[in-house]
Amino acid sequence: MEDLSDADLLDRLQRGAFAYFERHTNPENGLVADTSRNGSPCSIAVVGFALSCYPVAVENDWMPRARAAALTLRTLRFFARSPQNDRPDATGHNGFYYHFLDMRTGRRVWECELSLIDTTLLLVGVLAARQYFDRGGDEAEIRALADELYRRADWSWAQNGSDGISQGWKPECGFLHYGWEGYNEATILYVLGLGSPTHPLSAKSFSAWGSTYQWENLLGQSILFSGPLFTHLFSHAWIDFRGIQDAFMREKGSDYFENTRRSIAVHRDYGARNPRGFEAYGRDFWGITAGDGPGDRRLRRSERDLRFFGYMSRGAPLGPDDGTIAPWAMLATLPFGAEAALQGTRRLLHAYPQVCVNDMFSSGFNPTLTGDGVGWRSEGWYGLDQGLLVLMIENHRSGFMWSLMRDCPFLRAGLRRAGFEGGWLEK
Amino acid sequence: MMERGAQSPSSQQELLRRVHPGDWRNPEPKPIYDLVILGAGPAGLAAADEAARLGLTTALIERNKIGGNSLNFGSIPSKALVRAAGAFAGMRDAHHFGAAAPTQPRADFDVVMGRMRRVRNRLAEHHSVDRLQARGVDVFFANARFAGPNAIAADGLSWRFKKALVAVGARPRLSDIPSIENVPHYTSATIFDIPTLPKRLTVIGGGPLGCELAQTFCRLGSHVTIVQNEPKFLPDEERDAAELLSMALSWDGVEVRLNTTVQGARMADGEKIVDTVNNEVKDVIRTDEILLSVGRVPNVEDLDLRAGGIAVASTEGIDVDDFLRTSNPDVYAAGDVCLARKFTNSAEASARLAVGNAFLERNKRQSHLNIPWCTYCDPEIAHVGLHFWEARQRSIPVKSFTVMMQNVDRAVLDGQDDGFVKIHVREGADEILGATIVAARASEMINEISVIMSSGMGMRALAEVLHTYPSQCDAIRLAAQAFVRDR
Repeated sequence: MEDLSDADLLDRLQRGAFAYFERHTNPENGLVADTSRNGSPCSIAVVGFALSCYPVAVENDWMPRARAAALTLRTLRFFARSPQNDRPDATGHNGFYYHFLDMRTGRRVWECELSLIDTTLLLVGVLAARQYFDRGGDEAEIRALADELYRRADWSWAQNGSDGISQGWKPECGFLHYGWEGYNEATILYVLGLGSPTHPLSAKSFSAWGSTYQWENLLGQSILFSGPLFTHLFSHAWIDFRGIQDAFMREKGSDYFENTRRSIAVHRDYGARNPRGFEAYGRDFWGITAGDGPGDRRLRRSERDLRFFGYMSRGAPLGPDDGTIAPWAMLATLPFGAEAALQGTRRLLHAYPQVCVNDMFSSGFNPTLTGDGVGWRSEGWYGLDQGLLVLMIENHRSGFMWSLMRDCPFLRAGLRRAGFEGGWLEK
Repeated sequence: MMERGAQSPSSQQELLRRVHPGDWRNPEPKPIYDLVILGAGPAGLAAADEAARLGLTTALIERNKIGGNSLNFGSIPSKALVRAAGAFAGMRDAHHFGAAAPTQPRADFDVVMGRMRRVRNRLAEHHSVDRLQARGVDVFFANARFAGPNAIAADGLSWRFKKALVAVGARPRLSDIPSIENVPHYTSATIFDIPTLPKRLTVIGGGPLGCELAQTFCRLGSHVTIVQNEPKFLPDEERDAAELLSMALSWDGVEVRLNTTVQGARMADGEKIVDTVNNEVKDVIRTDEILLSVGRVPNVEDLDLRAGGIAVASTEGIDVDDFLRTSNPDVYAAGDVCLARKFTNSAEASARLAVGNAFLERNKRQSHLNIPWCTYCDPEIAHVGLHFWEARQRSIPVKSFTVMMQNVDRAVLDGQDDGFVKIHVREGADEILGATIVAARASEMINEISVIMSSGMGMRALAEVLHTYPSQCDAIRLAAQAFVRDR
């Protein structure tokens, strides 16, 4: 891959990432496996990414439009028809869905939670399909079902009588009793919730969350801080935050796109300083975020004792950091600065080609933990990583998903109700 | 042969001689006192000191031991144990500095507790009954109650006062955990008498004391599990600080269970069992000892406050106005019995303020007190002034200037580079609103911020103040420098 031009490298890695959905989707119901590992259940968030990626696949000639539409329709039909009630083995409740579903039956597994953020990622994919498939036949039904699914979600129920939002609900114990504190990936959740024409979040909900924001000067950057890199990326896969501002960003003279750029700068700087002395860290080796990890292990070393973790949300510069990076993460920052993303990715592929098998990046890699001499690598692939990569490469190349979603009336309404103004929102 | 302090009866007697002598005889009360103080904890002692300075006739009435919670089962014993645990952690980490020390040094728990008691005795001397009497304070040990708006009575004694100060403190909150009363457990009032180091300890409650003692017992060699009902430790601190603490506890080997509710406790096969639930997933913790640390409640009972015309607010204790006056204009309150922030320093400061307001008509407001506080985990977590969210609630635009300790030379040299300094500044102005520090020495560093804030100094001037180099406090100057560059 080293000989490829930047454009060819991106084409190849984007195509490779999309292949995840071709390999790990149940064609009967459109459900997509959380990971490539045997027995993995479906993650509804990964389905949302898959639905968002099908239009990209059509545009890039990886998939005929009719097939993409058919697969999208089967997926939407499944979610429209699957059981919605408060029983513990339903698929969802009040228009929201359980985080993990059985790949075949679509029923809840692992006694997991009815997840607001994961339903959000599912529904934004549903809305992307609604925006893209604008013709008749199957495509008309896609639009009708997408509307139905989005309108059905009862966001006001999810507030449980408060200004805030619960992170989820379980039939066994009701609402999970912790909400969102401080800035993170939830912007898109609020935008979708506020945009609902049927059961929207209360007008106060977004400002209630915003009241927990901390504006900081960190390492020379004026920033709305959040440690894990993905929190600065997820909402941006669909929403073009360039030039639009909510009240908070207007006050601070910034915007969320710029905030992500600055956060990336903090991550690069952290990599370069490498205060914990991890192997390989540098200005072109970073990408600390949520992902798989080596598991709970400890190493006693003369220079610094080490502790490793399994799947968790890692962050910089406050940690937790065990020397594990997500190999896909640098590339996923492409729209915010191609040079840093490409330079880091190329260095990574050169030094550790094993992190990219079949043109797909693994979820986690830790060169400090070298039991086998080459560093620990997460087994298989995670759907979320691949979906985010497909969309971010596309947004960098063509702005396709951003421009598609700029026309989504619900998204526009949600942004407006959250207080966003300016830029493309005024057109 | 090392001194076996914990076993030494003389150690206990020595403490009692100072804080509640066995052969104590109450003096005859004067016909009327300028000031009667109920409670001889930090607030009562500070009030007595202030009153003596002003030449007032003063009676100090205590039910239990002079020194109150802070000396006997609060700040002083806990910080003595924190220090011991620090020595163990130092040995654990000594190999990074080339010292071949054991990974988990064996604890001689009697020595650990003995030192705590010796230190406590030594500090008790500062406010022994002898010293109080020497300053002209009449000291009484009695279960006193109000007998009228200007009268207090107990055990055949009675006192009349021009002004009174209620400073009877707070006690550990009892838990509503079902059947916990059937399972022997410790609270902060009893844990410092624990005879042996438990093999397994379960701490219920993730507030400051729960976190400090969880880390301490873990470092001494107990297997510690800490259960916290909330999504984070120290609910009064900011997210980033609480997350760093969580990582630090986990790093030390404390089993951290956040978002976990204790549903009950029971005995089975000679073990203590704690039943927990985390998002409907039930679990059990088998343990040898339980420390219940779920906050403190003001001691408002058994005082006949009604007879004194003194109203009680629902949760925070005695209802006081901003001048610390109760609903009886001749009675003031100070310390844990009326303050939301129950700290030794705020108890003392509020008591001095109340005495000044009562006798000098100073009209100083308790809301103007700038109270720094610290949780003495490693790293320490300290705060002063407004939290950033408090500023935002008051519509004050706020920006936090953050310096990571990993970028502070002395912290790197010391191998103590976890944490940060955040100074919260009014945006668009040069006014420091508060600060949060997470660092090995945050309890010391925060005092620099307190001084700066009370002097009215801004960040621009602070950036020009030379600090010793290298020093951990230099982080504060670096934050000020970031402010200057940010303009």
